[in-house]
Amino acid sequence: MVKLRQLAIELTGFSLGRIDLNVQRGECFVLLGPTGSGKTLTLEAIAGILPISHGRIWINGTDVTRLPPEKRGIGIVYQDFALFPHLSVIENVTYGLRYCRKPHRPSRKRIDELMALTGIDHLSRRDVNTLSGGEKQRVALVRALSVNPSVLLLDEPLSALDRGIRYDIQKLLKSLHRETGTTFLMVTHDFTEAIFLGQRAAVLNNGRIEQAGPIMEILRHPKSPFVAKFVGIPNVFPANFEDNHAVMDGFALKLAHPPSEASTHIAIRPEDIRIHPARPEAPANILTGKVIDMADHGPYGEITVETAAATLKATLPRRELLEFYNLPPGEVFLQVPPDGIHTF
Amino acid sequence: MGPIRQHRDLLFWISLFSCTAVLLFILLPLLQMVCEPTWQGLCEAMADKTVRRAIGLSLYTAGWAALISFVIGTPFAYLLARKSFPGKRVIEGIVDLPIMIPHPVIGIAILGLTGSEHWIGRLIQEAGIRIMGTVTGIIVVLTFVGLPFYINTVKNGFEAIPIRLENVSRSMGASFTGTFFRITFPLAWRSMLVGLILCAARAISEFGAVIIVAYHPMVAPVLIYERFTAYGLEYSQPVAVLLILICLILFIALRVASTARAPANAGLSKTKFSA
Repeated sequence: MVKLRQLAIELTGFSLGRIDLNVQRGECFVLLGPTGSGKTLTLEAIAGILPISHGRIWINGTDVTRLPPEKRGIGIVYQDFALFPHLSVIENVTYGLRYCRKPHRPSRKRIDELMALTGIDHLSRRDVNTLSGGEKQRVALVRALSVNPSVLLLDEPLSALDRGIRYDIQKLLKSLHRETGTTFLMVTHDFTEAIFLGQRAAVLNNGRIEQAGPIMEILRHPKSPFVAKFVGIPNVFPANFEDNHAVMDGFALKLAHPPSEASTHIAIRPEDIRIHPARPEAPANILTGKVIDMADHGPYGEITVETAAATLKATLPRRELLEFYNLPPGEVFLQVPPDGIHTF
Repeated sequence: MGPIRQHRDLLFWISLFSCTAVLLFILLPLLQMVCEPTWQGLCEAMADKTVRRAIGLSLYTAGWAALISFVIGTPFAYLLARKSFPGKRVIEGIVDLPIMIPHPVIGIAILGLTGSEHWIGRLIQEAGIRIMGTVTGIIVVLTFVGLPFYINTVKNGFEAIPIRLENVSRSMGASFTGTFFRITFPLAWRSMLVGLILCAARAISEFGAVIIVAYHPMVAPVLIYERFTAYGLEYSQPVAVLLILICLILFIALRVASTARAPANAGLSKTKFSA
């Protein structure tokens, strides 16, 4: 559907590449990465907005590397909406109709359906400058889908929205993806958005793909310290491996599976660590330490514990966190289940 | 009840003083000149065919200069606003040159190029175009001095339009040209109008270069100068006041048109690309 081969972009002070990527027809693929990792550049290269210095791009089996943006059959939705400020809502969403060839031109009925689906049918005569952020993003989505694009490119579509609206638009994106069957290629720096919307993802770092595959696979089995940290694992440590154990500073943690020969690190998700005020009766992997920080994040809490082997972070329900607040200072016990230790 | 005033510090009073000083510096000589001529003197100047013709020629030639700047300056301003290329700063410096060069030098330079001693001048003359002492010559000179004002203003106008609007338009099937006429132009026309005003204003006020290329036919600044040197202040002032009043009315009207119902950018930042 969208295929990138050895894609490279050279800019002053930044280079991207060489990137290989395959996005399947109808899937929602997510390009993940921190600010400055090159994910928006990749999107704009696919759109034909940014010239590439090497590689090839295919959309729907057609080599579009040398085609201008208007010949690529794509739609773009930006985080800042990019609505045409001199046009009304209806003029924005019907902007591209005149460029669609007859057999592919969506009917006015289809536009009305999309507007109804996104809840903007009552806004059609409104000036776009008077809309709220959520309404603007809905208009931008309908406008991009109105031309029946082969692939919809979404550049951080949720990041400019308030938290409450963000969840509504997230759900809307999911239903639009299901309803239209259009291939979505979304860029985001927020892993939770990727989990909610995407099926597969690629994590970009400094212009290179660090890891690509099913999102849950990336979440559970990161392949580098960067990816592990990016997907929200604060507990990433270098380790030596001996006899199905990971050894850190003389402390051995039992593993559920033997590590690969190339493994150099372990990662432990904070929600996999159980924290006890008294020593539990568990067969292995009990670390003793002191609480050095407690943070209340509202629905959940985070406790940082300094042990002889490493400093670990564990998350727990807020109710349990409050119990720890009331305990006298002293030792706590961390239980790390062997199947919660990921090696790479 | 009005708002409760806070204590104002030294910077406020310095700003107030500088504001007053600047306004007085600009307005006092102009007010003096506008108030000096009698009503009778103004009426006589209005009835004078030479004065009417000179002011008319000033407006006519400045209008042409603005129009030519619009036609040749708009694509150039767009290029400067949207593209980065080696030597861009040098080109921008060249565009600003007419602002910096003494204006009689501009007149001499144009005469040197278009005179019969230069091959370009001979080519122009063979094509039946005369520069020295003609309306065409005045228009060439006024375009030369007005062009930087148009290009710089319109370039800033294009830069203020987020490139993402053009990207979205093209992704939806509009060509580069189609995008320019459906998105960029409707959003930039106000800056073009302001550019035209500035260009025409600069052209109307031009004297130094015009007097070298074409003393006759006489534009208003040359006529004012001639009346001043030949007959003194009393005869030159009514013509100057008339020119000021006509220009003021014209430019205020254009300014009003350029600021009417300007759309906001629909929540857009001016960011071009982020990695």
